[in-house]
Amino acid sequence: MSTLTSTNPLLQLIRRRYPDVTGKALLQSVTLPVLGIALFLIAWQLVAPQINTSLGNFPTPANVYEQAGQLWQEHQNEQDRADRYVEMQEKRNARILADNPDAETRIRPYPGAPTFIDQIFTSLKTVLAGFFLATIIAVPLGIMIGLNRYFAAAANPIIQIFKPVSPLAWLPLVTMVVSATYVSDDPMFEKSFITSMVTVTLCSLWPTLINTATGVAQVNPDLVNVSKVLRLPFWTHARKVVLPAAVPMIFTGLRVSLGIAWMVLIAAEMLAQNPGLGKFVWDEFQNGSSDSLSRIMVAVLAIGFIGYVLDRIMLMIQRKVAWDE
Amino acid sequence: MSKSHLELTGVSMSFDTPQGPFQALDTINLKIRKGEFVSLIGHSGCGKSTVLNIVAGLLQASQGGCVLDGHEVNTPGPERAVVFQNHALMPWLTVYENVELAVRQVFRKSMTKRERQDWIIHNLELVNMAHAQDKRPGEISGGMAQRVGIARALSMRPSVLLMDEPFGALDALTRAHLQDALMEIQQDLNSTVIMITHDVDEAVLLSDRIVMMTNGPAATVGEELTIDLPRPRNRVTLADDDQYVHYRQAVLRFLYEKQRFPGKGDKAPQASTPTEEADSTAPESPVEVKAPEPQSTSAKTKKPVATAVQD
Repeated sequence: MSTLTSTNPLLQLIRRRYPDVTGKALLQSVTLPVLGIALFLIAWQLVAPQINTSLGNFPTPANVYEQAGQLWQEHQNEQDRADRYVEMQEKRNARILADNPDAETRIRPYPGAPTFIDQIFTSLKTVLAGFFLATIIAVPLGIMIGLNRYFAAAANPIIQIFKPVSPLAWLPLVTMVVSATYVSDDPMFEKSFITSMVTVTLCSLWPTLINTATGVAQVNPDLVNVSKVLRLPFWTHARKVVLPAAVPMIFTGLRVSLGIAWMVLIAAEMLAQNPGLGKFVWDEFQNGSSDSLSRIMVAVLAIGFIGYVLDRIMLMIQRKVAWDE
Repeated sequence: MSKSHLELTGVSMSFDTPQGPFQALDTINLKIRKGEFVSLIGHSGCGKSTVLNIVAGLLQASQGGCVLDGHEVNTPGPERAVVFQNHALMPWLTVYENVELAVRQVFRKSMTKRERQDWIIHNLELVNMAHAQDKRPGEISGGMAQRVGIARALSMRPSVLLMDEPFGALDALTRAHLQDALMEIQQDLNSTVIMITHDVDEAVLLSDRIVMMTNGPAATVGEELTIDLPRPRNRVTLADDDQYVHYRQAVLRFLYEKQRFPGKGDKAPQASTPTEEADSTAPESPVEVKAPEPQSTSAKTKKPVATAVQD
């Protein structure tokens, strides 16, 4: 056991960061989570073959692992093909230019279907765009609601009614509105992207809005009095006193919002056919091959892991920005 | 005495509550000279803070008003700087930045950037806090934070310094240090100070005049006591001083014999059951007493006076 603790780089890292943690606590902090995961995998392995579906048995961890490798391989292959496609065009363009230096040449993007990895990045882009839009709406609005109790009383019923609405209810409306209003011959974004993004925004802005308003309303009255004694102008008061005071609450709201945004996104992508993880799951489901369930399970685990990473990143930013940490 | 510096005339205050209007203050008249140190003392809930907030402009008197240097006060402003009980420093700013927030706002036109920097450091040095200028309020002790709160108030170069139980949240030793520091600063700057306190020793040690307030509701000025002790004052030698002891007793007598029902104001006259009368030391009183209690016999004899003041 002692050799294990001294050679394991993870344990060494933990030891270096938390030198006062005892060996026993250290062992527990590593072994218990590993044990939990192991037990979960064993249970999964035992139960999966018992579940029969029309697409075969429920995938075991081994099936899922295999499909994860498969998806990665497909991505590599597609990338090679894309590289070759571009290379081919470049050679052809070079030939054309050699014949006629004034010729107009262009490089067409590779027309292949997006791979699982591409879809992950599409999802990330969509969720971040929706979350960003939600933030720039919710934070200023929350500050206004928090500063003015008349405004708060007027806004409260609206917030309470829209807060629990499911993304699936918004989506048809958003789709129709986007189709009707976002008309362009050379659109910068796909309609499916806009629809998914707006749906994410509509569902994820509420926690940030409510937390910002609460944080602003709860600013220590003494600090507000200091601001009054100094006769700070409204904008200075908002920027120098109210906003920093509310930052811890705002970030708590942002973390909840980002979690919701990520959850909502998958449903929105399924229905809006935005080429992200939601569409991947939906396409695999429609596809109905013997590998589909394993591939969907890969997506489920990827969705969970990315959601976790996003939350950790928000926590890191919060620790950097907030004064109470 | 020349024309008064700060004058409260017929200040009354009533708050609207769900049970109807609540009369907190009734016809307070007070004149304060330039450079005078005045303490407001009274039991909890007697409206001391309300008086201070009216002078600060944070509250509007229902009747009467407050005039500073010939101008009526109706909004807050840096010429009436406030020191709050719990320092009220912005926790996300450093010590320096907290003072800077005030200095930049008050002197952004009249001082250059360099002058403002010097002025911030000067004020921090005044309270011996220049060494901690880069620390955040959460990293320094309560007493140090309160020093910074005082430095911030002084940095506004106020005509009147308003202090709302500035040392109430501190331990006794820290409090004594800060009282001494405040006495020195006040003597150097000759600032006008109104301080709220419920510490009798603090009031006698620091003040030129103690204004004693009756219990609420409808609290008003009960008695005024001029403290004619030479400055600089030394707490150790004064402890034996007959005059000091006499002043102290006068304040204690007012608080514990004439106004001995803190926060229950209107109920006091009816509540004179024999057991309560015997218990004249008022153990639940929030007023801090570090001396022998007044004798219970005198409490009984003074009782009618208390009733009279209540009515």
